[in-house]
Amino acid sequence: MFVELGHLALVLALACAVVQATLPLVGAHKGWAGWMAIARPAATMQFLLVAVSFAALTYAFVASDFSLRLVVLNSHTDKPLLYKVTGVWGNHEGSLLLWVLILALFGAAAAWFDGGLRETFRARALAVQAAVGVAFYLFILFTSNPFTRLEVPPFNGEDLNPLLQDPGLAFHPPFLYLGYVGLSMAFSFAVAALIEGRVDAAWGRWVRPWTLAAWLFLTVGIALGSWWAYYELGWGGFWFWDPVENASFMPWLFAAALLHSAIVVEKREALKAWTILLAILAFGFSLIGTFIVRSGVITSVHAFANDPERGRWILVILAVFMGGALALFAWRAGAMQTRAVFALMSRESALVANNLLLAVSSLVVFVGTVWPLVAEMAFGRKLSVGPPFFDAAFTPFVVALAVILPFGSLLPWKRGKLDRAAKALWPAALLAVAVAGLAWALNTGRSLAGPVGAGLGAWLVVAAAIDLWARTGRGEAAARLGRLTRLPRADWGKAIAHAGLGVTIFGVGALTAWEQEEIAALAIGESLTVGSVEARLDAVDRVEGPNYVATVATLYVTEGDDVVGVMRPEKRVYPVARMPTTEAGIDNGITRDLYAVIGDPQVGGGWAVRVYIKPFANWIWGGCILMALGGLVSLSDRRYRVAAGARRAPRAAVPAE
Amino acid sequence: MRWALPLVLAAAPALAVLPDEVLDDPVLEQRARDLSEGLRCLVCRNESIDESNAGLARDLRLLVRERLVAGDSDAEVLDYLVGRYGEYVLLEPTRGGANALLWGAPLALLLLGGAGSAVYISRRAPRAEDGLSETEEARLAALLDGGTVSGGTVGGGIVDGRAVGDGSRGDGPLGDDAVDAARRDHT
Repeated sequence: MFVELGHLALVLALACAVVQATLPLVGAHKGWAGWMAIARPAATMQFLLVAVSFAALTYAFVASDFSLRLVVLNSHTDKPLLYKVTGVWGNHEGSLLLWVLILALFGAAAAWFDGGLRETFRARALAVQAAVGVAFYLFILFTSNPFTRLEVPPFNGEDLNPLLQDPGLAFHPPFLYLGYVGLSMAFSFAVAALIEGRVDAAWGRWVRPWTLAAWLFLTVGIALGSWWAYYELGWGGFWFWDPVENASFMPWLFAAALLHSAIVVEKREALKAWTILLAILAFGFSLIGTFIVRSGVITSVHAFANDPERGRWILVILAVFMGGALALFAWRAGAMQTRAVFALMSRESALVANNLLLAVSSLVVFVGTVWPLVAEMAFGRKLSVGPPFFDAAFTPFVVALAVILPFGSLLPWKRGKLDRAAKALWPAALLAVAVAGLAWALNTGRSLAGPVGAGLGAWLVVAAAIDLWARTGRGEAAARLGRLTRLPRADWGKAIAHAGLGVTIFGVGALTAWEQEEIAALAIGESLTVGSVEARLDAVDRVEGPNYVATVATLYVTEGDDVVGVMRPEKRVYPVARMPTTEAGIDNGITRDLYAVIGDPQVGGGWAVRVYIKPFANWIWGGCILMALGGLVSLSDRRYRVAAGARRAPRAAVPAE
Repeated sequence: MRWALPLVLAAAPALAVLPDEVLDDPVLEQRARDLSEGLRCLVCRNESIDESNAGLARDLRLLVRERLVAGDSDAEVLDYLVGRYGEYVLLEPTRGGANALLWGAPLALLLLGGAGSAVYISRRAPRAEDGLSETEEARLAALLDGGTVSGGTVGGGIVDGRAVGDGSRGDGPLGDDAVDAARRDHT
């Protein structure tokens, strides 16, 4: 019954979205206030309806309603409650429902938070947002209905993919979607601005918080996925340049470019047309990502729903929205004249360089991702494009970006002097060279990654501190220290995020260059040595979990004379899904992780045991957290709150979700 | 359900590189590992044979080691595998033929984008009619009626604040002309 209600709510949400996509648009064109005013309640209503629909599906999963096809395919009564809930989005249909839920949430949020938007502009933006929604509601209802019933329900389900039964991956999709779909808001704002033919500083200020929010969610989502791969896949890789990873990385890069170029629009009213184009492309690449993940045209480890029919639908959606938006852009962009002037050495130019590097690097990832497809169709060659290509083609862009970043962040708007920025940055440069030199001296491998990563990391972190210090102006140190706490949140956010990038670059470089590994067949009581670490296999036990059986090894680990402790790597088998997973034993540390994996019993006796030393691994995700935190701090800046607080009363009246 | 367990365990894949595969010669083993990282596990979705647990990946790893022990160079091992499985096995695409487009793409895109950015930035450069030109700055200084200031701005004592100020007090163009003329004289 409740399930039917959910199904009905979804259909009603579609109807609501159709209304929201049309009437306000006409109203804005004709100047009919009444028609425009429909947008806000419609956005709220649409969100509530999808929320009901989503709640119904969640209920079906929690109650293990095996008359639903989706629940049978992705759940089981023995599954822990947490994974019954997260199982809702651990599949194609349910994740699409989450997709539209977030789409509607962003639309509704744009209706709730005022931000001093013009009525015509809000009506148009919400209409565009609803139009995207209409396309996806139709997609769900016609090709991927989560509410399909079975005539003869089985007694139990087929269980969720065990890899997804993990906290890291359970929350990876929602964050990722908040990011992907959040970019729809930037897209709607861009298209609304094109329809209206007006882009000004206010537009930059409206679009930036939404982009910032989407970007920070995307950062968290990607970091969660990477962290999960690190501890779950059994050999501690953190990034594989898999097509589906690239699918999330391309919009992230575009979003990063967009949130920088939106600053230029906001502060200087320059880069307008480019920023609009970026907003369109950022969401466009989200849609391309959706296509890559769900169509199966490109092979990837993320087997999702590889269905060509669905792929065609998404391609049509992509063509309609990208084609439409880009055509509108071609028609209207000429009207967006930039009057602002700036010199070659200026913040504006530096941000143009930032955008150039981010956008081109994203396109490089795109070319590499689709090349196997192109080569097969156009040249009849079946080939692979793997990590070696991406490492070689992408890394130079990161290095270039990291090198120029501190100069850009210190150069003033309009006209600056490079030597002045260079003078302020010399401590950072000195330290970076020292750190890189130290890393080079300690370098055991042949890799440049270690010294370069360490140098760039130090360069970015120290430069972020210098940037913050420079913002306090002149005067005595004590007075400047006092001013430090009163700096705008945006300054702090910027410094934190930039330092975070440095930390991540350092972590990636260090892990790539200095990882150590040892593998051996160990009988009970035997030990292996990797670096200065010795691991002794004390026991191998069989342990029963709620819905799996695990082989748990007990490793007694010492480092030199110090006892590190006991590590317990596991190998699990999920009988219902008939899938094994590895749960690495990890001893987390600031300077290194110890990472142990247990394998199968060996023919000659003993067990296959692998132990890695992974230097500075946690810095990779620590840096991501800093980047996201920087985004959050920046999002709380006064200039957004002031605009949003202009009409606080009506917002308080809206019921919390 | 319990009866299914042995079956599943039997089908459970092994751990990527297994102890019995490792070569005694550490140099050869390192070469084998480096090569493995660049070779695709053909039955997996997107994993190298170094990472994969599949049986075929193990076969390929053993094959690579076999060739290395037989004295093949790295290039010969790769040629052998490409001959057997096609270039699909290479995670690092070759640079020949159409792949030149792939490898050339980063630089081409950067140059294209760089050229566009350069044109944009050069068009945004301050010109005489935008903002304050030197002439206008001199005039502004003169209007502020500080003789020393304007003298300092334009340089030298030929144009003093009063003379320029007089001109600009009448009307704009005349003032500009006066300053221009003065500067021409000066330089």
